[in-house]
Formats: sequence, structure tokens, C-alpha cells
Amino acid sequence: MKTRSFQGGIRIDDFKRFTERKPIETLPPPPKAYLPLKQNAGSPPRPVVEIGAEVSAGEVIAAPSGAVSSTLHASVFGKVSAIADHPHPSGADSPAIVIETAAAGNGFSGMEPMVDWEGAAPEDIRARVLEAGIVGMGGAGFPAQVKLEPPPGKKIETAVINAAECEPFLTVDHRLLLEETEKVVAGLKIIMRAAGAARGVVAVESNKADALDRLERALEKEENIFTVLLTVKYPQGAEKQLLKTVADREVPSGGLPADVGCLVHNVHTATAIADAVLHGRPLIERVVTVSGFGLDRPGNFRVRLGTPFSRLLEAAGGPPDGELRLIAGGPMTGVAQRDLGTPVIKSTSGLVVLPPLPRARNLPCLRCGKCLTVCPMGLVPCDLARAAEKGRREDFAGLSGADCMECGCCAYVCPAARDLVQFIQLGKALEE
Amino acid sequence: MKGSLPTKKKFTVSPAPHFFSGRTIPKVMWTVAAALLPALAASVIFFGWRAVRLQAAAVAAAVVTEAVISRLRRRPLTIGDGSAVVTGLLLAFNLPPDVPAWLAAAGAVFAIAVVKQAFGGLGFNIFNPALGGRLFVAHSWLSRMTTFTPPLTAETAGLDAMTYATPLGAAREALVERIPSLWNMFIGNTGGCIGETSALAILLGGMVLLSMGYISWRIPAAYLGSVALLTWLLPVGEGAVALSPLEHLFSGGLMLGAVFMATDMVTTPVSGKGMLAFGLGCGTITAVFRLYGGNPEGVSYSILIMNAFTPLIDRFTRPRVFGTLKKGLWPRKA
Repeated sequence: MKTRSFQGGIRIDDFKRFTERKPIETLPPPPKAYLPLKQNAGSPPRPVVEIGAEVSAGEVIAAPSGAVSSTLHASVFGKVSAIADHPHPSGADSPAIVIETAAAGNGFSGMEPMVDWEGAAPEDIRARVLEAGIVGMGGAGFPAQVKLEPPPGKKIETAVINAAECEPFLTVDHRLLLEETEKVVAGLKIIMRAAGAARGVVAVESNKADALDRLERALEKEENIFTVLLTVKYPQGAEKQLLKTVADREVPSGGLPADVGCLVHNVHTATAIADAVLHGRPLIERVVTVSGFGLDRPGNFRVRLGTPFSRLLEAAGGPPDGELRLIAGGPMTGVAQRDLGTPVIKSTSGLVVLPPLPRARNLPCLRCGKCLTVCPMGLVPCDLARAAEKGRREDFAGLSGADCMECGCCAYVCPAARDLVQFIQLGKALEE
Repeated sequence: MKGSLPTKKKFTVSPAPHFFSGRTIPKVMWTVAAALLPALAASVIFFGWRAVRLQAAAVAAAVVTEAVISRLRRRPLTIGDGSAVVTGLLLAFNLPPDVPAWLAAAGAVFAIAVVKQAFGGLGFNIFNPALGGRLFVAHSWLSRMTTFTPPLTAETAGLDAMTYATPLGAAREALVERIPSLWNMFIGNTGGCIGETSALAILLGGMVLLSMGYISWRIPAAYLGSVALLTWLLPVGEGAVALSPLEHLFSGGLMLGAVFMATDMVTTPVSGKGMLAFGLGCGTITAVFRLYGGNPEGVSYSILIMNAFTPLIDRFTRPRVFGTLKKGLWPRKA
């Protein structure tokens, strides 16, 4: 089957071989769960429990606080021991609810299964998604219920499941497609119902051929759901590039997928939605790929939210000795971590261990033009970085700096090792 | 690390992306230097010891000048990145075989100190340093720079010791018997500057750079293509003999200029379209100079003139931004 692609991007070793054949392993709950309030884009929820409260796994501990917000649940049975600042994967400490685990066990206190979801009103499904605290689990953390509501005046025709998983090392979506195929399909159908989409697509990069087979068998009976095979290229999984490849439509600058009649959700988000609607299960755990170099047992682990990184690394055979880089997320856009006590949050898709890479950075721009050739958005990263460096707000805006999605392709190829992404982030902040 | 994990460990916290292509400035520059080796070999074959001493003088002067200036600017030494060596070699390639070594050194000092460092150093210079150095030397010591002796292998080309031993010079003076055969022009068995005569050697190096993705095909293709087209279509100026497009491509500094100097990343446009426009401009100017100009050469001038236009070309040849429509020729205000 011919694969489709988009312009720009980079072809890199995907290092999936370390974990793509490792079945998902469920780890026991941690002795303490550290649940940061900020686990979604938009405004963080407000705590509704106090220190000393006894909570069940699945119980609401923080309620939504605005139009773009989500719900936070206890991920373990136990007692709230603190509400205080704690390390956060984004790098800065932020307030977290700490629960001392009382009992292990897979039970949860949740909501009623929506048995009749196929006939349910879309707003009811969206309400359930909000109640379950589901956010984009591919890394963005955008509250899922907001995406399921098309903006006024726009219709969503196609719901797309983003199974590109273009970041190297990560294999969460791949394993879910293999091991929970029916759940992914169910999640897509629920999404289609909630958004009013007549058509569904599961878009898979061609390095997941086994998952594609599974999917096609599961979709045999479905008339409105198709698979699309994608070229293996980073960042194929970026929303705009995905839609360009799948539907041959460009989301307008400053616009949303809804502007081209589409809606995109990550594979794990789809399984979480299926769990919430079919089983009444709120979002209290997720699958994380632990991979990189120097690990004895890299793998894919299902852990309760709030599990510290140290437990995941132990399960993978412990980090190697010596200095290293620990990345939360993928190596292209992930955040380097400094504290093993940092917890897994809703959008933590992976933990990647890399050796240090000392090199001279931010040498002068050679004007070689490599960054232009790889930019999937057609920008001129070297000029954007220069404008940002000089504080030239108008120049930056004129060069469409706001359209940068910070994929990192430019910095990857830059021979002068310039921190292009960071300069562009600086430029975006100039606008404020 | 087995057993219980401490929560604090030595982590390097650096910004994303955490992966890197492996392409560095030294890698690029030294690879270009390596790609110049065939031309260097050709220069020694055809011009012998004279070529070697000029290259040594130019490279040494370039490296020392850059080191001294780095110290004066209180900056870390940059000579390890290979760019000074490349500039020295390219400058030497642009010199006739009999100029004194001090002239080569003077050109290199000017190229590095004025054309490159005074503008801000690597990445900030507007003009090609080697060509700027050559121009300085050509206009300061005019007669030395226009005196050419034939190559060591001249007998095989049927030439004897004459002052107008370059193919272009001969064509300009309509001295048909002194125009070498196309084959000799291709391999480099002609009079001329020590590194520019052998189109074959230059092309070999160019192919290497192209296959490794270090230069784009666009500038050489547009440059050579437009020279070929224009020299084919346009009549030659009075009193001169017309050369065929291929003869034009293989003579003078065109091959060296199109493959190694017009492709210098710092001084040329950044986008693909811009590179084509740049090559086209160079080709047009070179063709017009060669056909109608006072001087039979035109490559150095054309590249330097186009270098000046690079920022403007960059402004008008930006790629289309994803999710937008191209709005005519004039870019938005920026």
C-alpha cells in the first residue's frame, strides 16, 4: 500500500525496535502518588479535597475551573497527605496533591457505564469526557471535551485517530493498537458520535505494519472507518501535517482542524474515552514507554498517574551510571528532567534515557538554508531566530513566527547548533 | 545501577530537541576542503612547485590572520573549524602561477581581516572572502595578476611560452591558434590561475559535496546553465572570437566559481528559489562581461555583485508558509 507524506520534515532512526515488541506491563501503584494540578492545557482544576481526606481511586480531587479545563481524580486509594509544590515534568515545581497509598488493588470508584452511548446526545458524551478528566494524551494535554465540540458554524466530517507516533523511541500507541484494538475502534466511534463526524480514519505510520493488520481486521465490518498508511517521517504526527497527508487539506494559518472539517485525537486518548464511556472509568493511569540507551529492560508500562519517574526507571532496569539526560516525552520535543521524584502526568508519553551530548552551541548562523528545507510549516527558522534575538517583534510576526509548532526539525539539522526552537519561543513571547 | 535509586542524580538539563543530525560547522568546512583536493592535485600537476608555495602561503596567512584577530577580539579561536583554510585555498586557486608568495599572503590577510572578520566573522560577512581578497590583489598588482605562463604540460597542448596563455584571453584577442582544445580545457591543460583550469577536478569535488548534501545543485546549475544559454544565444563582442558554450564552461574561473564560490553558504541566499535566482544573476553578469566587458574575466565580479543582492533576494524568495496562500511578489511587511 502506497504511503502518503507531507513537505519538509526529517527522516531519522526511530529506535522503536527497543520496545515495539514489549507487551504492556502493569506496574503496582506507588507508595505515594504525586498529582500535580496542572495536567492539562488551559486552566488547572481547583482542589476539592483537604489534607487528611480519605480518597478512593477514581474519586474527584480537583474540579474544572474554566471553559478550557479538566477534572483531576485520585489515582490510588489512600489519604491526602499534602497539597504542596512538587517537581513537575515541565521543569518548574508546581502545586500537587500528594496521596499516601493505603491499599493496592485495581478497583476504582467511577461513573456509570453509558450503555446506550450510540444513541446518546453528543453533549452527554462530552460531559462524560470532561467528568473523566480526559485530555490529549499524545503530549499536548488539551482537554478532550473541548475538541469534541465543533466551533460554531463549523462542521466536522472526519474524525482522525493519530497513530503516527512519530517521536523516536515511543511505542505507546503502537502497543495499544496491537493489544487493545477494539477499544481504539470503540473510542473512535464514540468520538465520531460526539463530534457528529460521519467518517473515521485511523492514520498509521508504516513502521507499525502489524498494528495495521490488526486494525484492518477489526474494521472489516465498519463501513465508515478507514485506515491510511503514512510515510515514516518526523513530524508526521503533528496535527497539521497529519491532516495534509490524510485529507490533503491545509489547516489555515491560525486556524484549527475544524476549519478543514476534521478532528484529531491520539490513540491513547481514544482508549481513555472508550474506558470512560463504556466502563465509567476516569483517567487515573496511562501507558508510558521507558526507553533509550543503557537500560536493561526497556518497555511499555501502565502506571497510575502520579507515579514518580524513579519507579518507572527501576522497572526498566534502572538508569545507567554516570551523567545522563532523562527526557520526559520524545527526544525531539520532550523536556529534560532533573529530579527522579517527578511524577507521571496525563500527557507523559515516554521516558527516554540519553547520554550527554556536549557540544558548542549557538555558533553563528551559516545561512546554509538547511532549516528551511526541513521546516514542515514553510518557515525560515534562521531568520525567525535572528528577529527574536534582536527583539524585532514586527519582523518576527511578518515571518509568520506564530505558525511555528516547535517540532525541532530545524535545530536538529542546524550545523551551528543554534537553539532555534528556544529563540522562536522567545519571539512568540515578544508578542505579549 | 541496581538497588534503591536516590532521587537526586547528575542530570544534564538541556533544551529540546535532544537529537542532533551530526552535521557541524567543522564537518562542513573540512569536507569542502577535502573536496578541493582534486583541484589542488591538478594545480600541482600543471603548475608544479609554484602552485604549492602559493597555496601554502595563502593558507598559512589566512590561518594566522584569523588566529590573531580572534585574540584581538577576545574570542575563542575559530581556526579549527576549517573555514580559514578553505578561504586560503580558494584564494590561491584564483592566482596566476608566477605571482610571488607574499602577494598570495597579502590577499589572504585582506580576505580574512577585511572581507570576513571586519564584517563580524563567519556567518556575518556579505562578500565572499576569497573573491574579495582576489579582487584586492588584482587591482593592487595589476600586471602581476594578468601575466599568465602556460602549464608545465604546455607542449602536449601545443602551446609555447606566451603571455596571453588563457583561453579567454586568446579568444578576446582573436588569437585562435592559442585557444586550446576542448579536452585540454576540460582536464586543465591550459594557462590560467592555478586552481581554476581543471574543470574535471573541480567537478569531481563538486560531485562529492553534492552527494553529501553540503551544496545545493541549484546555484551551479543555474549559473552554468545561464552562461551556456547566453553564450550560445548572444553574439560575441567586436574583434573577439566566439567560444562555444562548453568552451565557456570549461575556461576561466567559471567552474571554480560556480561550484565552490557561488555556493558559499554565508554569502548566498538561503532558500531554493533564491539560490536559483542568484545563480541566474551570476550567469547573466558573467556572460555579459565575457562577451562585451573590457576584461575577459567576469566570474569574480559577478559573484561579488550578486553577494550584495543576497539579502534582497532572500526577502523576495521566502517559501510559502503552510496554511497560507502566496500573496503576489511583494512579501508582507518585515
